[in-house]
Amino acid sequence: MTRDQLISAYRRMKTIREFEERLHQEIATGEIAGFTHLYAGQEAVAVGVCEHLGPKDYIVSTHRGHGHCIAKGCDVKAMMKEIFGRRDGLCKGKGGSMHIADVSVGMLGANGIVGAGAPLALGAAVAARMDGEGKVAVAFSGDGACNQGTTFEAMNMAVVLKAPLIFAFENNHYSEHTGDSYAVGARDMTTRAAGFGMAAHKVDGCDFFATHNLMAEVIAYCRAGKGPVAVEFDTERFYGHFEGDPQRYRAPGEVERLRTTRDCLAAFRAKALDDGSLDARTLDALDVEVRSLINTAVEEARVAPVPTAADVLEDVYVSY
Amino acid sequence: MAKMTIREALSRTIREEMERDSNLIILGEDIVGGHGTAGGPEAIGGIWGMTGGLYAAFGAKRVIDTPISESCIVGAAAGAALAGKRAIAELMFADFVGVCLDQIYNQIAKFRYMFGGRGTCPVTLRIAYGAGLNCAAQHSQAVYSLLTSIPGLKVVMPATPADAKGLLTTAIRGDDPVMFFEHKMLYGETGEVPDGEYLVPFGHARLVREGTDATVVTCGAMVNAAAGAADQLAKDGIACDVLDLRTTSPLDEEAILDSVEATGRLIVVDESPPRCSLATDIAALVANKAFSSLKAPIELVTAPHSPVPFARELERAYLPSPATIETAVRKALAYR
Repeated sequence: MTRDQLISAYRRMKTIREFEERLHQEIATGEIAGFTHLYAGQEAVAVGVCEHLGPKDYIVSTHRGHGHCIAKGCDVKAMMKEIFGRRDGLCKGKGGSMHIADVSVGMLGANGIVGAGAPLALGAAVAARMDGEGKVAVAFSGDGACNQGTTFEAMNMAVVLKAPLIFAFENNHYSEHTGDSYAVGARDMTTRAAGFGMAAHKVDGCDFFATHNLMAEVIAYCRAGKGPVAVEFDTERFYGHFEGDPQRYRAPGEVERLRTTRDCLAAFRAKALDDGSLDARTLDALDVEVRSLINTAVEEARVAPVPTAADVLEDVYVSY
Repeated sequence: MAKMTIREALSRTIREEMERDSNLIILGEDIVGGHGTAGGPEAIGGIWGMTGGLYAAFGAKRVIDTPISESCIVGAAAGAALAGKRAIAELMFADFVGVCLDQIYNQIAKFRYMFGGRGTCPVTLRIAYGAGLNCAAQHSQAVYSLLTSIPGLKVVMPATPADAKGLLTTAIRGDDPVMFFEHKMLYGETGEVPDGEYLVPFGHARLVREGTDATVVTCGAMVNAAAGAADQLAKDGIACDVLDLRTTSPLDEEAILDSVEATGRLIVVDESPPRCSLATDIAALVANKAFSSLKAPIELVTAPHSPVPFARELERAYLPSPATIETAVRKALAYR
C-alpha cells in the first residue's frame, strides 16, 4: 500500500471509531432519540472493503451502518445531524441511525430489517452488470442476517445470475444477544456460502491489512465478471447490540479483553510503526484531525435546526 | 384505436417501454421460462402470456428469469431502481405478496421517505390477483386493500384494455413504486386501445355509467359486475353513477364526493374482505366529508370475512355479483 492509501485507510477507520465513541457519550445524555447500534470494533471490515470501491460501486448496509456510511464516503457532519434528528441531516431527520443512506455516493442504506439488504444489493449488482463498467455491489450482513432466508435467496440468485456481488458477512459473534455458535447452524458461514456455489473466503476482520489484501483479490474477481463471492470476517463488537444493552450475555471482562487484544486500530498503528510505513507523528496528527472533525460535527448538530410538523408529509412520494 | 385484450395491451406496453428506455429491466419467475430445460428459453414467456419474446429482443441482462424467490425478485427490482434503473417485477399471484411483504412494506415503500427524498425507487410490481379460477385460498386473493394502506406505494387496477395501457405506461415512467394489480379474470377482456403514446394519470376515476339515483364506487374486476347491475337497474328506470377508481392510492376523493353529493346514496363494491378494506375506507371518507348529503346508510358489497374457498359454488357465493350489487342499490334506494 502507498503512504497515501495507508493514511486514507487509517483516517477512515479512526473517523468511524471516534464517531461511535462520541455517539456512545452523546446517547447517554439523552439528547439522541431512538435505537442506535454502534460499529466500534469492526472498522477494519468496512474500510478494508470500501477502500477498494469507487463512488459508482454500491453497498447495502445494516442496522449497524455508521461505519459503512463513513467508509463509503458519506458526509460525516450530515450523518451526525441525521442521528441527532436534524432537518439538514443526511436524510432530513427522516431516517435516523438505522436508515441512514446517501444514494449519491452509492450507499443504498442502512436497514432496520435484518436480512433485507442482500436482495437489494443483488439488484444493485444487476444494475452494475448492465452498465458494463466493471462496477460491483457489496451486501454487508452480520452473523444474524446470514441466517435469514432472504440472504439464502440472494446467494442462490447471485450465483444463478453470476452477479458482481460480494456478500460481506461480518461475524461479530453476536446476533443481537445470541451467540453465533448457537444460531449459525453450520460449521461457518464460509462453508455455507460455498454450498451455494460461489467462491468463499474467511479472514481476520480485525486485521486491516489481511482484510484489505483479500478484498483486493475478491473485488478484482467480481469486477472481471466471474460471479459473486462471499467473505466471512471474524470481527468484534465493542458495544452492545444497541446503546443501552446491559450485555448480560458477555463473559466477565470480555469487552476489556477484546479492546486490549482485538482492536483493529491499535493493530494497524502497531504494524505501521513497526514496518516504518507511517510514523507516530503522522498518526497522532490524524488522530487530532479526526477528533476535531467529530467535535465540530457534534457542535454543529446540536445547534442545527430541527424539522417541523409540516415536514412529515414531504417525500412520501415523488409526485402526488 | 385497435381492438385488443388486456393481456395484449399489457404485453405490447411492456415491450414498447422496454424499447423506449434501455434503462428498464423486467424480472420474475418464468417470464422467460424454459431455462435449463430441453425446451430451452422462451418455452413459457410468462404464465400469463405477456412476456414472450422479450428475452430474445432485450437479452438476459434486462430480462431476468429468476428462481422462485419472491423476496429477491422484489428486493432486486428495488436495489436496481435505487441504483438508477427502472424495474418491472412480476408476482405470479397476488397471494405471494405474503412471501415478500417485507421488501414491499419495509423497503420500497419507505426508501424515499427514510432517505429524506434523496433517492427514488421506480419499481412497477405487476401482481396477478383475484378470484374466479377456483384456485382457492392461496391463489385467489384481492390484496389491494392491504397495500393501499401503506404510505409510499401507489396502487393501480385497470379494468379495460385502454386503461391497462395508459396506467401501465404511467406506472413504468413514474418515479414512485407502483403496485399494479391485474385481475386474472380480466386478461381476456377486449376493448379499444388508443394507438401511440397513451398515459392515464393516477388519481382520476372513470365514470363507467352515469345516473343520479345512486353512486356505485368500485375497481378492478368488480367494475364489470357493477356495470352489469347498473344496466339491470336501468331497465327499472334506476340510474347509477358507476365509478371505476382505477387507482386506490392516490384516491380520487373529489369524484366520489361529487357523485355522492349529487345522488345521496353510496354503494361500495370491493373484492377484498370487509375489515380495514377499500370499502370501509371509502365509507369512512364519505361519512366524514359528505355526511349531510347522504339519504341512506352506505351499503358495502364485499367478499365475506373468510379465505377464498375452492369449490365453484363456494367461490361464486364468496364473490360480489351483479345480483348482490343490485340488491344493495335497491336497499339504499328503499331507505326512508
